[in-house]
Amino acid sequence: MSTTSQELDQKQAVTALRRKDLLGIAELSPEEIELVLDTAEAMKEVGTRPIKKVPALRGKTVVNLFYEPSTRTRTSFEIAEKRLSADTLNIAIGTSSVVKGETLADTALNLEAMSPDMIVLRHASSGACHFLSRVCRSAIINAGDGMHEHPTQALLDAFTIRERKKRLAGLKIAIVGDLLHSRVLRSNIHLLTKLGADVWVCGPPTLIPTDIRRFGVTATSSVEDAVRDADVIMLLRIQLERMEGAYFPSLREYFRVFGMTEARMQMAKSDVMIMHPGPMNRGVEIASEVADGPYSVILDQVANGVAVRMAVLYLLAGGAEHEEAA
Amino acid sequence: MKRLLKGGRVIDPANGIDGVHDVLIEDGRIARVGRDLPVEDATVVEIASGLVVCPGLIDMHVHLREPGQEHKETVATGVASAVAGGFTAVACMPNTSPVNDNANVTSLILAKAAEAGLAHVYPIGAVSKGSKGELLADIAELKQAGCVAITDDGHPVSTALLLRRALEYAGMFGMPVIEHCEDATLKGDGVAHEGFHASSLGLRGIPGAAEALGVERGVLLSELTGSAFHVAHMSARASIRAVRKGKDAGVRVTCEVAPHHFTLTDEALTSPIPYDTNTKMNPPLRETADRDAMLAGIVDGTVDVIATDHAPHHYDEKKVEFDRAPFGIVGLETAVPLSIDRLVHAGLIRLPRLVELLSTGPARILRVPGGTLSPGSPADITVLAPDLKVRIRASQLRSRSKNTPFDGWELRGGVAATIIHGRTVYVNPEMGSGVI
Repeated sequence: MSTTSQELDQKQAVTALRRKDLLGIAELSPEEIELVLDTAEAMKEVGTRPIKKVPALRGKTVVNLFYEPSTRTRTSFEIAEKRLSADTLNIAIGTSSVVKGETLADTALNLEAMSPDMIVLRHASSGACHFLSRVCRSAIINAGDGMHEHPTQALLDAFTIRERKKRLAGLKIAIVGDLLHSRVLRSNIHLLTKLGADVWVCGPPTLIPTDIRRFGVTATSSVEDAVRDADVIMLLRIQLERMEGAYFPSLREYFRVFGMTEARMQMAKSDVMIMHPGPMNRGVEIASEVADGPYSVILDQVANGVAVRMAVLYLLAGGAEHEEAA
Repeated sequence: MKRLLKGGRVIDPANGIDGVHDVLIEDGRIARVGRDLPVEDATVVEIASGLVVCPGLIDMHVHLREPGQEHKETVATGVASAVAGGFTAVACMPNTSPVNDNANVTSLILAKAAEAGLAHVYPIGAVSKGSKGELLADIAELKQAGCVAITDDGHPVSTALLLRRALEYAGMFGMPVIEHCEDATLKGDGVAHEGFHASSLGLRGIPGAAEALGVERGVLLSELTGSAFHVAHMSARASIRAVRKGKDAGVRVTCEVAPHHFTLTDEALTSPIPYDTNTKMNPPLRETADRDAMLAGIVDGTVDVIATDHAPHHYDEKKVEFDRAPFGIVGLETAVPLSIDRLVHAGLIRLPRLVELLSTGPARILRVPGGTLSPGSPADITVLAPDLKVRIRASQLRSRSKNTPFDGWELRGGVAATIIHGRTVYVNPEMGSGVI
């Protein structure tokens, strides 16, 4: 038995997510979130070995069904699946019968007829994963649905913060950018508030979702108020195509008002962490000096993504219970 | 041929009647309403105690989908659904394929309705040719063919100028303009009410102001032209404020509210089934303050009509991602239970007011027969069972489509029977035998 398996076995009391799917952070309890983060620590160790593979998901089939282009998330899931010895299959829009006008439900049911164990879904429609979970018996893992949630991103963000700060409770975390269209924002709000962080969200009023304060966050359009004494600053991507909606006058003006510059960063705590879920627009939401500077943990986030996704896959597959059965 | 309905509580708001009376029907018309009428040569229909006899219900906002979308509904299945829901008449929207913007389509609908021989069907014509919002449809032709009102429902009339012309021109024939009130730019590609739940679910929002702007526009143009303006499927609290203000100023504005807008809120987007496409309609389910404003308008008289916006869709069309699903739910067979349970038994209004909303009001606005039991009126009668326990079962609906968010709901109040031109066209099988 590998070191990882032994470590995981010691936590057997809480080794599985007792749910079929991971649709969002909204449904998770703080204990379940902690379980994923703790498990990810063990998984991270696997990635440091010369042979980066454990047999945890041997014999399991995982389909990565991506209806939206994605480099980071899809690759990260695929590496995570392979490190757990799962058989993986990637289906991207344009290479499947989607272009023939097949519905999402039909595509999923046809895939399911071939008995996969899990489907990792990325889709442009909010709620696509909920929809699929009602249609399919397979476990559905949300890899980003529309403007709704991107739970593994929030988990890897939390993992990265916890790794540095050793806790989440009580930290001031400022999230700045396009709040309205961001699934990363929604997942992070759920996760960070559940674990007791002081969450500030900031963006132009045109990009702040209605009633966002009811999520238990402080919303402001003053980037100075948001970042002052912050422990963590998380930037969200400004999608260039949103310009057509005239949410703000120009990218130049956005950067002037909201762009994360070194001067603004100085207002935060001296050990501030700078985070970005990627892909970045340098010179729009973040100055290159900040992105490339010593406070940036942007590449750590990417690295941790693999460990966190391994943890999610492992726990949804039944955790140590499954390994014993196998 | 004579029939005597004996012993029910008769409610006829137009004549101020509410009490145990008999109703004598002769040759398909109401002959007399009174206490202990002599039987003579009439066939007696005993109405069990506890049942209510009222003028036939009229749903002034339904989509029958024929011609062109018969996989969702036909005139025949639509009127079967109507009578099972207690409606003796429906007014159908022109957004068929082709659009009902000419006498041929109107005649086709009327021919199909005559063939079905159940509820009366009153076609509503398009404001503009093809409902494209450019040129007025041939409104006199539509009127002559049998249309009772005009609308570009599904969308608002494209410009204030065209709406003004439509009001002026249709006013010449005494036809109201029914408006799907909405500012298209504010609605954008929204799919749900702009509020906490849409924010939480990541759904694009439609603010209440999008509707209210359309209502304000219509009220102003109704005042300008002096013509009758009717607000379809009102949902937002700012809309009802605009209607109330217009009425206070003497403007000829009327409005309707759909049962889903006084029973549900946008919380239904989240639970019991997250992203249930049967909670997607336009206008959307709004927040509690809006729902409560609809209830207040029903109580204080601002709301003239309850209309269902019966919008059948095939399950294939609804079994998709939320943002790709069409707007709308079926409503003909759930309106009475929802209204009696949530309005009457909830203590907000009494039955005579409900009959006004479901019968007298729509008859007055559309200027169609019915809405009353006055002697000489057609014997279109609905028998209500206000205490009947009803469990809504989507699979049992007579409509060709089953897209309802009320599946499994248990409500108190239902339809006992539906009578059209003196002929009983529907008896609720749940009533047991011998009650009517």
